[in-house]
Amino acid sequence: MPLIPYLKKGNPLNCINFTPFLGYFSLIIVLIIRLVNISDHEQLLLQGLAANDKKAVETIYRENYLTIQSFIVKNNGYPDDARDIFQEAMIVLYEKVSSGSFELTCQIKTYLYSVCRRLWLKRLQQMQRYNPSAESVDEVVPVEEELDIHEKRNADLIVMENALNKIGEPCKSLLEAYYLQKKSMPEIAEFFGYTNADNAKTQKYKCLVRLKKIFFAQYKNGG
Amino acid sequence: MDDILLLDAIERYKKGEMTAQERTFFEEMRKNNPDIDQMAVEHTFFLNELERLGDRKSYKHTLDEVENTLVNEGIIAKKQLKGKAKVVYLWNRYRRTITVAACIAVIVSISTATIVSMYSENKQASELTPLVDNKIKIIEAKVDDIKDQLENATVSTPIKPKFAANFRATGFLIDGNGFIATNAHVINNAKNLVVENKKGDQFIAIPVYVNKATDLAILKVTDTSFKKINALPYSIPRASAELGEQIFTLGYPKEEVVYGEGYLSAKSGYSGDTTSYQISISVNPGNSGGPVINKNGEVIGIISSKETNADGVVFAIKSKNIYKALEEIKTSESIKLPSVATIKGLDRVHQIKKIEDCVFMVKGN
Repeated sequence: MPLIPYLKKGNPLNCINFTPFLGYFSLIIVLIIRLVNISDHEQLLLQGLAANDKKAVETIYRENYLTIQSFIVKNNGYPDDARDIFQEAMIVLYEKVSSGSFELTCQIKTYLYSVCRRLWLKRLQQMQRYNPSAESVDEVVPVEEELDIHEKRNADLIVMENALNKIGEPCKSLLEAYYLQKKSMPEIAEFFGYTNADNAKTQKYKCLVRLKKIFFAQYKNGG
Repeated sequence: MDDILLLDAIERYKKGEMTAQERTFFEEMRKNNPDIDQMAVEHTFFLNELERLGDRKSYKHTLDEVENTLVNEGIIAKKQLKGKAKVVYLWNRYRRTITVAACIAVIVSISTATIVSMYSENKQASELTPLVDNKIKIIEAKVDDIKDQLENATVSTPIKPKFAANFRATGFLIDGNGFIATNAHVINNAKNLVVENKKGDQFIAIPVYVNKATDLAILKVTDTSFKKINALPYSIPRASAELGEQIFTLGYPKEEVVYGEGYLSAKSGYSGDTTSYQISISVNPGNSGGPVINKNGEVIGIISSKETNADGVVFAIKSKNIYKALEEIKTSESIKLPSVATIKGLDRVHQIKKIEDCVFMVKGN
């Protein structure tokens, strides 16, 4: 399409002056290089995020937090709300990348903004402070479906956490040490004062059976 | 105990800690035993859930750590804002609210001002406008000037000198012998009075009764040229009129007789004055003193005033006041009020034709 203005009527094609295109070409090349750089940078960040790397998390925070905060403060919120919402969005992003199905279809910035915006508008609605003017013209990507999945996951995790709280000590600590903090059995045996790792293991399985019962009872009741 | 072994097996299988032999054996067992297979699926799901909780917790921990770092660096706002930052923050946060509040304040102050001014206008509105046309003086002076010029220009037949009036109102005959009822405020301070019929004939009249309290006045036509009317077409009742009665009036808000129609809207007049009615009718200065007549041809009242700022709120003196007046002057004047309305049952046009001969313009200076 941009060729058309340069095709003067009656001119044979080989007479077209290509000089004006050089500018375009160089611009496009620069853009491509930048794009590649950006996505390289972002890809690394996402990999770090999936591995729960503190550096990556910090970089994402530094690059995006203030945008989100100003959006939320402008739309009837406090900085504390911004912290909550941003954390939630970071969790959504984490879930997405750690599920392994994440493809970079947009910049992290756009993604986080979209998620935060959606989360915040939803919260405003719940507080009945919904303000239609919060509909902004900023670039957003559709995140509704992902947030629905995220909510479901959150609900499941709450069921698990409740179940853990119900089984009581020392079961809770024992299971947390093994499954959540990923400590080894001998370590656990020593820490909890079992004479050997096998005893600790037996105890751990007994606890696990109890936890499973409570978990599935709640889970099948729909949380 | 078997269960525990099984759980252990599932966990080891999941973690990939089994040897190839164990693996094959375990897979074989799952294939052959649906219960074990179900248990394996369930337990794997359960372990995944548990692991996810662990991941989430440690990730959340990372997030909190990062947040703390940034809070300490001042990149993330601390919970409590202080000083200028707080002002800026509050301004940002409440900018919209403040705008709305300011708008409301402006609206409230404007409406308050409006209400206050309206209230004071209402005070004025309660004042009454006497329905006497005072502009007439200026107009007639001009007319007279023109007439004078005409007379000077051409020697014509002598004309009866025109009465130079400075107000105009209405009156109507209550006795064919030349007794006319009108408002007291009409003739107030007038030195000379004339009454004029629809043909333009003027007759000198004098007040024989003036009551400023009821705003009723009775004039007597002293002019010898006045031809008495034997039977008045309307009657004047003593009884009160009914609410909602259709009424009409004839009057002189301009130099020719004008008809107006309305209804009786209240049995008391201005501020609960029981000597008058409130009627809803369109009247103008000059209608003062006009008869208020119902469909049976009974003069139930005399138009006296209207509320300045309310449309169609007009007050009329009740007709029984005329009877009271006659009582007071019966020693000096003998007036006989008409008791039979001959126009009863006629259509409105014919009623008016008969009445208009008895309705006069009252002028004075």
